[in-house]
Amino acid sequence: MSKTVLLQGNEAAVEGAIAAGMRFFAGYPITPSTEIAERSAIRLPEEGGKFIQMEDELASIAAVLGASAAGMKAMTATSGPGFSLMQENIGYGAMAEIPCVIVDVQRVGPSTGLATSPSQGDYMQAKWGTHGDHPVIALSPSSVLETYTLMVRAFNLSEKYRTPVIFLMDEIVGHLREDVSLPDPNSLIINRRKLSFHDGANKQCYYVPEGEYVPAMKPFGQGERYNITGLAHDESGFPINDHDKAGKLINRLIDKVEHNADHIVRVEQYEMDDAETAIVCFGGTARSVMSAVQAARAAGHKVGMFRPITVWPFPDKPLRARLPQLRNILMVEHNHGQMLLEMQRVAGRDVPVHFLGRVDGTVISPDDVLAKLEEMEG
Amino acid sequence: MPSELIHRYMRIDHLPQIWCPGCGNGTIMRDVAAAIQELIDDPEKDINRDNIVIVSGIGCSSRAAGYLDFNSIHTTHGRAIAFATGIKFANPKLNVIVLTGDGDCSAIGGNHLIHAARRNMGLTVIAFNNNIYGMTGGQYSPTTPDGDVATTAPFGNVDRPFDIANLASGAGASFSARGDVYHVRETIDIIKEAIQHKGFSLVDVYSVCPTYYGRKNHKGSAVDMLRWQKENLIPTARYYSMPEEERAGKKLIGILSYNDYPEYTEEYAKLVKAYRKKK
Amino acid sequence: MKDRLELRFAGSGGQGVILASVITAEAAVLAGLHTAQSQAYGPEARGGVSRAETILSREQIWYTRVTHPDFLLALTQTSLDAYAGQLADDAIVMIDDSLTVPAELDPDRVIAIPILHTAETVVGRAFTANIVSLGAINRLLGLFDDDTLLTAVKMHIPRGTEELNRTALQAGAALITTDQFRKEFQAC
Repeated sequence: MSKTVLLQGNEAAVEGAIAAGMRFFAGYPITPSTEIAERSAIRLPEEGGKFIQMEDELASIAAVLGASAAGMKAMTATSGPGFSLMQENIGYGAMAEIPCVIVDVQRVGPSTGLATSPSQGDYMQAKWGTHGDHPVIALSPSSVLETYTLMVRAFNLSEKYRTPVIFLMDEIVGHLREDVSLPDPNSLIINRRKLSFHDGANKQCYYVPEGEYVPAMKPFGQGERYNITGLAHDESGFPINDHDKAGKLINRLIDKVEHNADHIVRVEQYEMDDAETAIVCFGGTARSVMSAVQAARAAGHKVGMFRPITVWPFPDKPLRARLPQLRNILMVEHNHGQMLLEMQRVAGRDVPVHFLGRVDGTVISPDDVLAKLEEMEG
Repeated sequence: MPSELIHRYMRIDHLPQIWCPGCGNGTIMRDVAAAIQELIDDPEKDINRDNIVIVSGIGCSSRAAGYLDFNSIHTTHGRAIAFATGIKFANPKLNVIVLTGDGDCSAIGGNHLIHAARRNMGLTVIAFNNNIYGMTGGQYSPTTPDGDVATTAPFGNVDRPFDIANLASGAGASFSARGDVYHVRETIDIIKEAIQHKGFSLVDVYSVCPTYYGRKNHKGSAVDMLRWQKENLIPTARYYSMPEEERAGKKLIGILSYNDYPEYTEEYAKLVKAYRKKK
Repeated sequence: MKDRLELRFAGSGGQGVILASVITAEAAVLAGLHTAQSQAYGPEARGGVSRAETILSREQIWYTRVTHPDFLLALTQTSLDAYAGQLADDAIVMIDDSLTVPAELDPDRVIAIPILHTAETVVGRAFTANIVSLGAINRLLGLFDDDTLLTAVKMHIPRGTEELNRTALQAGAALITTDQFRKEFQAC
């Protein structure tokens, strides 16, 4: 651990990314994510990296994918409206299997909404924002320190599975400054995409050996003249109209995430061992829930917090393991009930799922959570 | 039997291409391959095959990326220049060539075109300009002349057309040129110049679309459309030797504007070097 | 000091209340405390109501927002009126002496001092009002060593303005003549 410093969540996102090897940032200013671009503009030249402010978010994500195809670890950062604009090319990244990280510091929507106020209204968009069936990995930090460490993981997952990773922040954490002791960058495990093509099938660029999910990826300019396309393609990387091959491709893209969910999924469970009520939340909402759980415990209630850190794929398995002990689930999120739908899917008829949400741009306080718990008891 | 050029620089397994008989796109693709071949074969030029990256968007034009045997990336509609910007900036030693269409680069991707031109990002953009959206079946594009007919302009196009070469030059492109599919030799030479140009270069290559644009607007066969190009698109030397009154209604084939603004990735590298030295 | 202190800084955009809040958090880190700093602001870069919050704590901070501030700094009437009603029972309020104290505040808990005037005339730069405020707050509440606060200030100001800001801190401290609240805070 290094010495303790004061750091903002948005700044920690940049520092974590740089520690993970991010050396290319393309973005467009938008509140409340702009500090990520500003810090990248200062820090990347220091690290031998590249920063560019593009003409819009459509261009930003495209430039990031281009830079990644040329071999760099690349990132962009935006907020709601910009995240909407990026969706088409997030799907391209999933289809062409180009690693990158997209930070979305959520704000209140729809439309321009409340630019400076916190929200978690992009949870479902992170999964279903781009058209078509596709894999999604999305991570959501709840503190400044976790923003740093989780960003390293975001790049690692992106490189390992060759897919865009959504880093779903909220204004609560993005604009929060806290005292943090960052880990020594040399102590971090850093993954890199497999750079030389798999043997077999004439070393085709999208060839995946039996039992594996991820093709290797060689940067442009190293003597392999291969093709990348957003059209359905075969192992050679060229467009096809063969439905068997197209189905095989799209299923593999989804399977590489779903079948590796045990590796990808992380949750935090606090006071869950004997909990009869689980409060589920993600991102900055956890700060209110933690305080509420402590207060509820102090008053003798068997309450715990279950926090998906990996928010996509949804942590079905660890949550299911908790269901037998639970009498109640309370979903708390700063939206109109988005993760709630996943909760209801997993909890089914076994455990009743209650909901506390907010869409007005104010933060749900611990008192709000306690009042809701009381209402549930009553 | 495919020519040597096709053997060396095209992906024969993926030919024949999907374009209609008479389409000008195949000619432009061949011009691009010929320009690259002549540059690679010229020992005085520092052009390396492995460093060439072909980037395309969506539309008829953009299928060319799949047929050319280089690093190639077929991106999303309108975004080719933005992808190319990322590739070039990430690795400035690459020769990044964007193959795009009139709709791809001047409608949905118009913003990226003007901003890459403004930045003077070291890309070469070849616009396959056929005055129509061909892939979707003949809708009017930003280069469809006013009054012309398309499936979405059944009573005539009300919009005024863009001149893509002038648009790029107005946005600050340091190299802007026009080619066509009739004047093959001239167009190959223009593309060679564009590739060698350090900053942003754009070549607006007039293609022909007999299937949709030509048929809808009674332009005759592909041969008739090429004849129109022969008579109305005039290479530089002849254009400037023509009396002023004869130039009316005709367009220049050649380099329209040129300057030596500093190239973006070089400027950024300089900036970083100076900053690190100061630190 | 109490185990947890909630401080709110309010004023108009451009007065630097967010920076004052950030510097307080920076000083807290230097002093080995836990801290959480956040802000709420409108779309205006200048004008509008600007509010920033710093929590200081001996223990890890979970909920990061201020609910019942132990201390409020208000530099404009609008911000004072907006936040006067949300204070802890024994809260201390520091205001610029040009402001009118709302009836709901206990006058004995309000310190009205010429912050803006001091910045303008004594320090000679109106934009140092936030640093003048910090000097006054620290003398009033005794949160940090003077050196710690000065170090924190230096981490957030442009190079070449160190002397100006040191003067501003001292001028702010000089506005405080009572040690009643400091004793109260230390006793907590």
